[in-house]
Amino acid sequence: MIVADRKSLEEILGMVADNKKILILGCKGCVTVCNVGGLKEVEILTSSLKIARKKAGNPIDIDIQVLERQCDTEYVAELGEAVNDYDSVISMACGVGPQFLSEMYKTQTFYPAVNTTFFGGATQHGVWEERCAGCGTCGIHMFGGLCPIARCAKSLLHGPCGGSSKGICEVNADTECIWDSIVKKKMEAGQLADLMGVRGLKDWTTARDGGPRRSIREELVQGNI
Amino acid sequence: MRLSYSADVKIIQVPCTGRVDILHLLNAVEDGADGVYVAGCLEGECHYIEGNLKARRKVAHVKKILTELGIEPERVEMYNLSSAQGARFAEIANEMAERIRALGPTPVKNHTAA
Ligand code: SF4
Ligand code: SF4
Repeated sequence: MIVADRKSLEEILGMVADNKKILILGCKGCVTVCNVGGLKEVEILTSSLKIARKKAGNPIDIDIQVLERQCDTEYVAELGEAVNDYDSVISMACGVGPQFLSEMYKTQTFYPAVNTTFFGGATQHGVWEERCAGCGTCGIHMFGGLCPIARCAKSLLHGPCGGSSKGICEVNADTECIWDSIVKKKMEAGQLADLMGVRGLKDWTTARDGGPRRSIREELVQGNI
Repeated sequence: MRLSYSADVKIIQVPCTGRVDILHLLNAVEDGADGVYVAGCLEGECHYIEGNLKARRKVAHVKKILTELGIEPERVEMYNLSSAQGARFAEIANEMAERIRALGPTPVKNHTAA
């Protein structure tokens, strides 16, 4: 899923400092699963902002709504003209949400309440880790199922750099050297030879380096399936 | 046992403090409560195993939010006592009322928009 962290109350309060009536919009997709922008988080943010503004002697009216997804125009369209009843709208979805909203409702201001960080999953309750960098040409099967593009700080493809020490990455003492894990895993499986060859150049044009990407599925566009 | 305790304390009953949510505490502060405390069973004696421990963590989280908002975190508190400790109940009520009196009224006022 897409993982995000909520911005500080201070930053969010600053965004809506001049507003008297706002809408806070949650999303039932990834940000609900990573506990940052679902109904619960919308309610907590709402109450926190109201407390802060009452304290400042400048109360704020806040309505809330949680869309099925903010990355699908059909759900974004549900808001309709009512979206213009507000001074501004705070979106708690990943960065896609406020963009779909801004594209549909051109005169309204949509603030992002979260910092979208990575594609990953929860390794324990409350801890999420990056697993994929969306490179567009997946090859994890060649690395024991562990992605060196997302998980090696240098995205190396031919083994660890000289900074790998005792299984830890030189870039961050809290991060495992994924190459250490890849090599160990392949050794244990008796498949170390798989890592010995020289790989052809990776095609980075499918990654962000090739500019913004678009995925067109003709059969869907044509309504065939 | 007839014990008197501060008349400033308004009691809201819940089946177990595990039912207390962050939002209950936040909404009370938002609506102008000068303080809110949760009176749970003694730790290790929760009928539902860990409802009171969860409540303690929620209280801690609300304290963190209040701190971020520049509001005294002591306005929200967790206490543990058994249902047989009536005297302790009255003592806690008075203790909390005393603490809030010292802090003064909540800074979260229902001003009308300026
Ligand atoms: S190889 Fe590319 S697509 Fe596959 S997990 Fe790694 S970054 Fe993601
Ligand atoms: S120590 Fe390992 S994970 Fe870190 S940059 Fe070097 S090879 Fe990559």
